[in-house]
Amino acid sequence: MLKQVTLAAVAALGLAAPATAAETEVHITDYDFPFEGPFGSFDQMQLQRGLQIYTEVCAACHGLQYVAFRNLHDEGGPGLPEDQVRAYAAQFEVFDEALADGDGDWRPATPNDKFPKSAMAEAPDLSLMAKSRAGFHGPYGTGLNQLFKGMGGPEYITSLLAGYEEAPECAPEDFPGYYNVAFNAGGFPEECIDEEGHHKAPGSWIAMPPPLLGDDVVYADGHPATVVETSKDVTAFLMWTAEPKLEARKQAGFTAVLFLGILAVLLYLTNKRIWYRAKYGKPEE
Amino acid sequence: MSGIPHDHYEPKTGGERWLNNRLPVLGLLYDTLMIPTPKNLNWMWIWGIVLTFTLALQIVTGIVLVMHYTPHVDLAFASVEHIMRDVNGGFMLRYIHSNGASLFFVAVYLHIFRSLYYGSYKAPREVTWIIGILMYLLMMGTAFMGYVLPWGQMSFHGTAVITGLFGAVPFVGEAIQTWLLGASAVGQPALNRFFSLHYLMPFLIAGLTIVHIWAFHSTGNNNPTGVEVRRTSKEEAKRDTLPFWPYFVLKDLFALALILAVFFAIVGFMPNYLGHPDNYIEANPLATPAHIVPEWYFLPFYAILRAFTADVWIVMFTNWITFGIVDAKFFGVLAMFGAIAVIALAPWLDTSSVRSGRYRPMFKWWFALLVVDFIVLMWVGAMPAEGIYPYIALLGATYWFAYFLVILPILGVIEKPLPIPATIEDDFKAHYDKETGGTHTVVKPAE
Repeated sequence: MLKQVTLAAVAALGLAAPATAAETEVHITDYDFPFEGPFGSFDQMQLQRGLQIYTEVCAACHGLQYVAFRNLHDEGGPGLPEDQVRAYAAQFEVFDEALADGDGDWRPATPNDKFPKSAMAEAPDLSLMAKSRAGFHGPYGTGLNQLFKGMGGPEYITSLLAGYEEAPECAPEDFPGYYNVAFNAGGFPEECIDEEGHHKAPGSWIAMPPPLLGDDVVYADGHPATVVETSKDVTAFLMWTAEPKLEARKQAGFTAVLFLGILAVLLYLTNKRIWYRAKYGKPEE
Repeated sequence: MSGIPHDHYEPKTGGERWLNNRLPVLGLLYDTLMIPTPKNLNWMWIWGIVLTFTLALQIVTGIVLVMHYTPHVDLAFASVEHIMRDVNGGFMLRYIHSNGASLFFVAVYLHIFRSLYYGSYKAPREVTWIIGILMYLLMMGTAFMGYVLPWGQMSFHGTAVITGLFGAVPFVGEAIQTWLLGASAVGQPALNRFFSLHYLMPFLIAGLTIVHIWAFHSTGNNNPTGVEVRRTSKEEAKRDTLPFWPYFVLKDLFALALILAVFFAIVGFMPNYLGHPDNYIEANPLATPAHIVPEWYFLPFYAILRAFTADVWIVMFTNWITFGIVDAKFFGVLAMFGAIAVIALAPWLDTSSVRSGRYRPMFKWWFALLVVDFIVLMWVGAMPAEGIYPYIALLGATYWFAYFLVILPILGVIEKPLPIPATIEDDFKAHYDKETGGTHTVVKPAE
């Protein structure tokens, strides 16, 4: 079930907007992801497809500085076999200060190296994007959308990647950036603001050109490569890079709740028995 | 120990006598564990144990986190990610620690509001109350400094805003701010000292916890009736109380297990819900977040801080009468600290002769409004200071002060309290005894 939700920008606290954040609406769609909910887990095939998108599209500009290549082999991740991880890492060059008698030199990356940092200064690192863009504190700052609909960073990323639309007619042809209905932190032409200061169109202009146009990659598993599908795949991958221990965490939480629940029942019965005489003046039958 | 008459520790074996003559630690343990406790305590009396447990939890997880954390502006953020990704169980340690702060504040607010309702702050428990407020202030300081350590965007810019408050103090503000930060702006010196103090202050809280417990073990616990335990004889005292072990230990442990089950559900399934997403962006002094919002537990006081803007008449008046020394910013700071100071003064502001809110028909409603006010302030503190929100904040802040400074003193004079039970035993029996059918029949008219 896909439902489009319009969020006021004031409710979109913490989209890491620069100080010029406009009073604007954004369109965020509540996409479904397999890792949502207490029992949700990553879809390994989806993570691998997302890795492919990242490698072939995103990596041209963006980095993943907190993720190591070896993580691709980790449990609860894309689960690449070790030899594939080694081959994957070898595509990248890293600067090693220990080489060339301490002068440093470039060498092919090994699984223990981290992914490169962003190649472009203005392209943010993507490692934690899925967590740092989770700011939907709506409606009215209560955070209920996040609590009950599970809307957060992944919904935002997919909505943004699939959110490029034809610019509204009021905007001048040469306005810098690309019109995106999910982005609220970018520039907005004055021509599209009415007398009361309200924006005539949702979203704003983002500096990043549309990265996914549909059929940008060919999936080995034959999965459709539409804009929305590829966006969702790379989003899932970015959720994994942001929270690689998501499955272990949910499992730990589930175990803790289960055992504490049992402990609570036992303590309840013990407590009841002990208090019985104090309350009713005779031992419990 | 003075207080409620009860059986004291008698060493039974030769070994116990030997130790007890040299260090009466067994006697101390026995007297603490077997302390007579009013038997009618309800479920709002569990928060003390929850708080003590949470303090221990935070100290233990914190000590392990420190083993992997690097207090350096260039490395702090990455070291937290290292904990989240590479340290065994590190993600659980950190999520328990960060959500543990929230558990701490949930518990402390319920603990404080319980005391406000049942009049636990009143004579002879003022010292317990004042120590409690000191612990709460230390908690706020500790939580604030802890939030700085991950060195995310909110850490950095939140620190700039909060230390900027001290800059609002007339004449010496800038000097104080520089002294606090160890520099003219937030940077390495601030991170280092906050790290040091974040490690120190929990131990001060632990020390005060002992004093807090010592204080109310001397006066005896308050209870939902506010009626004191009879102290004329050991026999009468016994009819009003039950020993802490096993009755209250098991009751508290049951409550703790339930609360921890909810806590671990949050840690396991939505660990970032209560945090601000911007803190997953590394601190960047050049990019200020659109809305700088403190953690949820500071929001009510943050709302009061922002409520008093330059166009409020009392701010303008104060500004005029002090020849401009107290401007709107400093007024806000005074209001924020004043909002906590009035809680501390509650024992002397409350003039009612009846301790428990249960027997105060008018007080009940004003108290309920105070709880609502606290929640509204918390909500409005998260909203941007524009549109209708500043007015709501001002209204909420006004009621907060009015409750303590006006309503509490007046209520004691004009309110006619309901009859209170003669003894705790009567209240307990009325609740459970099948003979009296669980109704509150045994009462004595209030003097």
